[in-house]
This record gives sequence, structure tokens and C-alpha cells, in this order.
Amino acid sequence: MIAGRVVGTITATAKHPVLVSHKLLMVRPLNAAGQAEGKSTVALDMVQAGVGDTVLLLDEGNSARTILNDGQAPVRAVIVGIVDTIDRA
Amino acid sequence: MKLGKVIGTVVASTVDSSLEGAKLLLVQPLADDLTPSGTPIVACDTVQAGQGDRVLYEGGREAAMALANWFNPADATVMAIVDSVDGES
Repeated sequence: MIAGRVVGTITATAKHPVLVSHKLLMVRPLNAAGQAEGKSTVALDMVQAGVGDTVLLLDEGNSARTILNDGQAPVRAVIVGIVDTIDRA
Repeated sequence: MKLGKVIGTVVASTVDSSLEGAKLLLVQPLADDLTPSGTPIVACDTVQAGQGDRVLYEGGREAAMALANWFNPADATVMAIVDSVDGES
């Protein structure tokens, strides 16, 4: 998993059936200093996150299928948590 | 998934048998500000995306799993046609 910031929302009507009824959020990774930096990944929201939230982004197929409880889901990126605080050294 | 834009359709009459019948699209990856970034890829289509459509595509094993007969060599598949991108960036 990585910590990332939700920087956008995607709406898409024509899509693969597995994406139906899931919010699609753009998540930009946090660098070591906690700034959102780099290219975003579009992920399925599983925890009602919103733009501006710091979230846990999981980007691996098998884990995503476990979370979606669907062994055939062609999904990799899912948001699995909303971060309250990160205490850095 | 990543954001991209369909910039062409690819016709390849001589393909590996497992890719037969797959509709191939030329997709330009997009940065978060929706400007072209990186090398165009050839992706299989599952949502009848057309020229100029902004899309979401997925790579890796999930690209193959998204197609009907999931035992295929696809390494990138278009999963959705994007209606809108609303973000803070």
C-alpha cells in the first residue's frame, strides 16, 4: 500500500461492469515529506473518501480481488483506508 | 487505472491467435493535467471507445482478465470512457 492524496474524481458511464457502483478517485502518491507528487492512479473507493483526503491506496490485483470478494475482478487499485495522521521521524 | 486518450485505432491482420478479434486502440497516456505524457500504447478495448475519447486503462494481468476469454496476452485494456475529471489540480 502507499499513502496518497485524493486529487480528483472521475465519472464514467461507459465502463467495464466490475466498475459499476464504485466511486473512481484519482490518488497522487505522498513523497517522504508528505507532499502529493507524481502521476495519479485512478482507484475504486471502498471507504467513501473524498477529494483532499489522505488515503491508503492498494495497487495490486490479488489484494484488490480479495477486497472486492470477486476472484475474477480485473481491478488493481483500490482505496482501503482514510488516514488520520502520519507521525514522521 | 491510468488516464489516457484514444489517438488511433490499430488494425493488425497478422496477430497471435489469442489476440484475434480483439479491437486494438492507440492510447496516449495523460498526466494529471490531461496533457500527453509518455509513449502511446496499444490497448485492447472493452467499452467501444473511439478516436479522441478520454479513457481509463489498466495494465498487467488485470488487462487480460478484463477480456471475455481471460487467457490472452493483453497487457493493457481500456476499462472506461471518462465523462468528466473534477479535481483540485
